[in-house]
Amino acid sequence: MDSTPHVRPDPRRVAQRLDGNALAGMLDAFAGLDPALLLLTCGHCGRSAALAEWSVEMDAAAAIVRCRGCTRTFATILRRDGGIEVRAAGGSISTPSAV
Amino acid sequence: MRTSDWLAARVADAVPDTAHGRRLTLAVPGWPGNAPGQHLDIRLTAPDGYQAERSYSIASSGPGESVEIAVDEIPEGEVSPYLVRVAEPGDALEVKGPLGAYFVWDPADPSPVQLIAGGSGIVPLLAMARARAAMSAGAPFRLLYSVRTAADALYRDEVERLGAAGLDVTWAYTRQAPTGWPGRVGRLDAERIAQATWMPAQHPLTFICGPTSFVEAAADAMVAAGHDAARVKTERFGGS
Ligand SMILES: Cc1cc2nc3c(=O)[nH]c(=O)nc-3n(C[C@H](O)[C@H](O)[C@H](O)COP(=O)(O)OP(=O)(O)OC[C@H]3O[C@@H](n4cnc5c(N)ncnc54)[C@H](O)[C@@H]3O)c2cc1C
Ligand SMILES: [Zn+2]
Repeated sequence: MDSTPHVRPDPRRVAQRLDGNALAGMLDAFAGLDPALLLLTCGHCGRSAALAEWSVEMDAAAAIVRCRGCTRTFATILRRDGGIEVRAAGGSISTPSAV
Repeated sequence: MRTSDWLAARVADAVPDTAHGRRLTLAVPGWPGNAPGQHLDIRLTAPDGYQAERSYSIASSGPGESVEIAVDEIPEGEVSPYLVRVAEPGDALEVKGPLGAYFVWDPADPSPVQLIAGGSGIVPLLAMARARAAMSAGAPFRLLYSVRTAADALYRDEVERLGAAGLDVTWAYTRQAPTGWPGRVGRLDAERIAQATWMPAQHPLTFICGPTSFVEAAADAMVAAGHDAARVKTERFGGS
């Protein structure tokens, strides 16, 4: 008989292999939110601020989102046949903590 | 309805405001209403299918399917000369909005509010001042409004009326002041900004709007004077 208590892995820590459909609920908070309020964190210098406070260089074709701390490009957003394409460069996007 | 949908709109009214600026009322069936400070995007489509989109702040707020904007003409521009000189009541265009939940004033917030406008940057700030004036009791407001000359000021009459009704208004003239004006003509500097605005100890919420270089200079001056950068909200209209 094994006297040591059986250690079960914490079910919350075991990664499940799913597909992107599983993210729909989790990312729902993004979609319902005004993008200007999204919190962007620069992967280079760590500056964190609402998208509204980032520098944007825009022309008819594209918008470049740059960090006001270190001027690195965070993302490039291109207009494409009535839609958009986001080219992510570096950093993270999160919902503001109040949401 | 999502805010990413374009809505069909019509010009309902077009009133010249300055020699190069015009107020437009747009009838937008299905408009969900907007908060003071928000903007919309306008899309114009040429007969050959070419499309141009630009952002315009909304001078009105609250519920209703009628929105007011005010456009200052950039003489070499693509869209603003059309809106200021060409568009007439009945003309069709498309709008998307309301946009921007960041540069908005919450009427329930009791903090003193400092508005700093450069040129057409008055538009979203006027929406806030109008919303404040419509309340019986609300946050104390101050407005610093920088224009080239008195004749260039969009909403000059309404700002004067709001001033007479209790809004603390300071005008700044960068090219020419009205005769008898006691102040100094020229771009705002840190000292004049400090004189016309709440003290940092009063923890105001500051909204600065106008051409990009104006906004940057004014925001830098407020932060250098000791205001909390997180309470200095900016909206850049572009240009220099
Ligand atoms: C959120 C937001 C809200 C805005 N609200 C208003 C508003 O309420 N009223 C208003 O009149 N404008 C507003 N603008 C500016 C507006 O979107 C256009 O940029 C402006 O009307 C010029 O467009 P245009 O097509 O005529 O000029 P364009 O053809 O785009 O530009 C022609 C030339 O003018 C320069 N230029 C572009 N914009 C400006 C500017 N704002 N100031 C000085 N030079 C410029 C360009 O660099 C370019 O060299 C707002 C901009 C933003 C981003
Ligand atoms: Zn950075």
